[in-house]
Amino acid sequence: MKDLVNAVAEMMEDDAKNLTQKYLDQGAPPMEIFEAYKEALAIVGKRFEEGIYFVPELILAGEMMKTASEMMKDLMVGEKASDSNRLGKFLLGTGEGDIHDIGKDMVAMLMDMNGFEVRDLGVDVPAQRFSDAAKEFQPDIVGLSGLLTLSFESMKQVVDALKEIGMRDKVKVIIGGGQVDEHACKYVEADAWVTDAVAGVKYAVNWMEK
Amino acid sequence: MIDTQQLLLERGKRVADAVALKKPDRVPIACLWDFFPAKWKGVSVKDAMYNHELMFETWGECMEHFAPDTVDNPFPLRGFGPLLDRLDFQHLRWAGRGLDENTGYQFVELEVMKAEEYDHFLYDMSDFMVRRFWPRVYKAFAPLEKLPPLNQVISYFWGIHNALFLLSPEMESVRTAMIEAGKASAETLKWAAAYGKKMAELGFPPSYGGFSQVPFDTLGDFFRGTKGIMMDLYRRPDKVMSACEKILPIMIDTAIASTKRTGVPTVFIPLHKGLDNFMSAQQFQKFYWPHMKELLDAFIREGITPWVLVEGVCNKRLEAFRDVPPGKVIYHFEATDIFLAKKMMQDRCCIRGNVPMSLLTVGTPEDVKAYCKKLIDGCAVDGGFIMDAAAPLSDARPENVQAMFDFTKDYGARI
Repeated sequence: MKDLVNAVAEMMEDDAKNLTQKYLDQGAPPMEIFEAYKEALAIVGKRFEEGIYFVPELILAGEMMKTASEMMKDLMVGEKASDSNRLGKFLLGTGEGDIHDIGKDMVAMLMDMNGFEVRDLGVDVPAQRFSDAAKEFQPDIVGLSGLLTLSFESMKQVVDALKEIGMRDKVKVIIGGGQVDEHACKYVEADAWVTDAVAGVKYAVNWMEK
Repeated sequence: MIDTQQLLLERGKRVADAVALKKPDRVPIACLWDFFPAKWKGVSVKDAMYNHELMFETWGECMEHFAPDTVDNPFPLRGFGPLLDRLDFQHLRWAGRGLDENTGYQFVELEVMKAEEYDHFLYDMSDFMVRRFWPRVYKAFAPLEKLPPLNQVISYFWGIHNALFLLSPEMESVRTAMIEAGKASAETLKWAAAYGKKMAELGFPPSYGGFSQVPFDTLGDFFRGTKGIMMDLYRRPDKVMSACEKILPIMIDTAIASTKRTGVPTVFIPLHKGLDNFMSAQQFQKFYWPHMKELLDAFIREGITPWVLVEGVCNKRLEAFRDVPPGKVIYHFEATDIFLAKKMMQDRCCIRGNVPMSLLTVGTPEDVKAYCKKLIDGCAVDGGFIMDAAAPLSDARPENVQAMFDFTKDYGARI
């Protein structure tokens, strides 16, 4: 399915859709098509890192992926449940008081494509909900998103809550958003900070491969 | 007794010198105060948004305390709670309306204009605004969605009965909302005028008198949403271009009119979607910079100083940004490498910024002073620099803001 990989990676939206339909009509296994998209998304992520692609391409690639998932929805039942061979578990949300979600959604999509089982708690998430979800979901990594300076406080509260339930040492915490930097990272006591989604995925993959 | 009129002149000259790339008597300092004064005084954001007298007193006291070289007027864009309520405004969530009473308002991403509505927008933008945009963004005007196309009401045998809906009972609620919103707006602007007058009496010049945007940002922020416009770059690039061209004169004309009305010849222009990571160099050169350049040139021609708030990181845009006549533009940087910017622009543009919000919010006064020293040493020695935070102050700690002002006024006068 080199042509499909290529169409997605080159942002040829109509071609990608038509090829997906063609392969489905030919009876190709949905997982194989899904793998082609995964491969294409990896190329898109790499080009983002290299400064060839930017936010428009990440968003469009995500949109192509979504369209394909819709087309394959009924055929994929049960297939995605094979979470046992996933790379790791990723718990994600935007901290309390902050309602921004574009960056967070991009992270969720890319983490999913990179083999993580993602639990997205949404926006304006209080620390208590993070710790409840952490207990139940047992993530390897907790990702905290926030565009505003008020998120520093919310992010810190999540880390404190993780300490309280004795899970801080068992997870990596990564923070992301336009305002985060080394000072914010130190204050929050996170393990890493990033200002773009692709960089965040890279950290996560590296942690799991160690 | 301090002669405040003397202070007004001194402060005005200090900033004007920096803009003209000269070395002022000391490094000027000013901020976008956001809701910081409320926090500083222990007043809730909600009370500040709704209680004009409280805002007037609190902000006034805060300005007298910090004594910046210019002040912004909080009323038009902070003291408008009653107006937003009456309009049932959808593009923001604010204290008491979806957010905690101590949280500053936040923008809500909406796809107000659907992809298939570009043609309507391009054919007759005003009709689109009244019948589609207003009803969706100002929910109190929702019934306007049912109006006939405005250009179909012409004369007696040309659509006199098409205007029926204008005269219908459903319009009663819209008319009431318009009257009440108009009153709320007038009240806010009355306080804005009083605040401006008070600040001038205290010796503080106003920071800006008009607002503008690069058309791509307007189209993305308010019409298509971030996701929408980013996909449009691939799906319908020609329409994006046409829409930006349509918006450009509006961005120029409204800002010029506003500076004339206020008598303050500075226009504030925040940049949102042309950042390094947000588009490629080719996309920037096609969809963003040409209109931005036209915008800047139009203001400069009118004797207006553009104050461009460069949000995020724009290291790769500096080469384009510097293509302006010398001593006419202020570039205020957030996370761009400001020292690189200084190096590239020192013969062209006044540089402003960029004490990081992280330092001001969770750092110590010592951290802040150290950063300010680095900024002054690296950017202000030959003039052409204004000290400011990287972004609006919002949640900064008062002791850190104090450190920024104290240090700048002291060290910034000795270089």
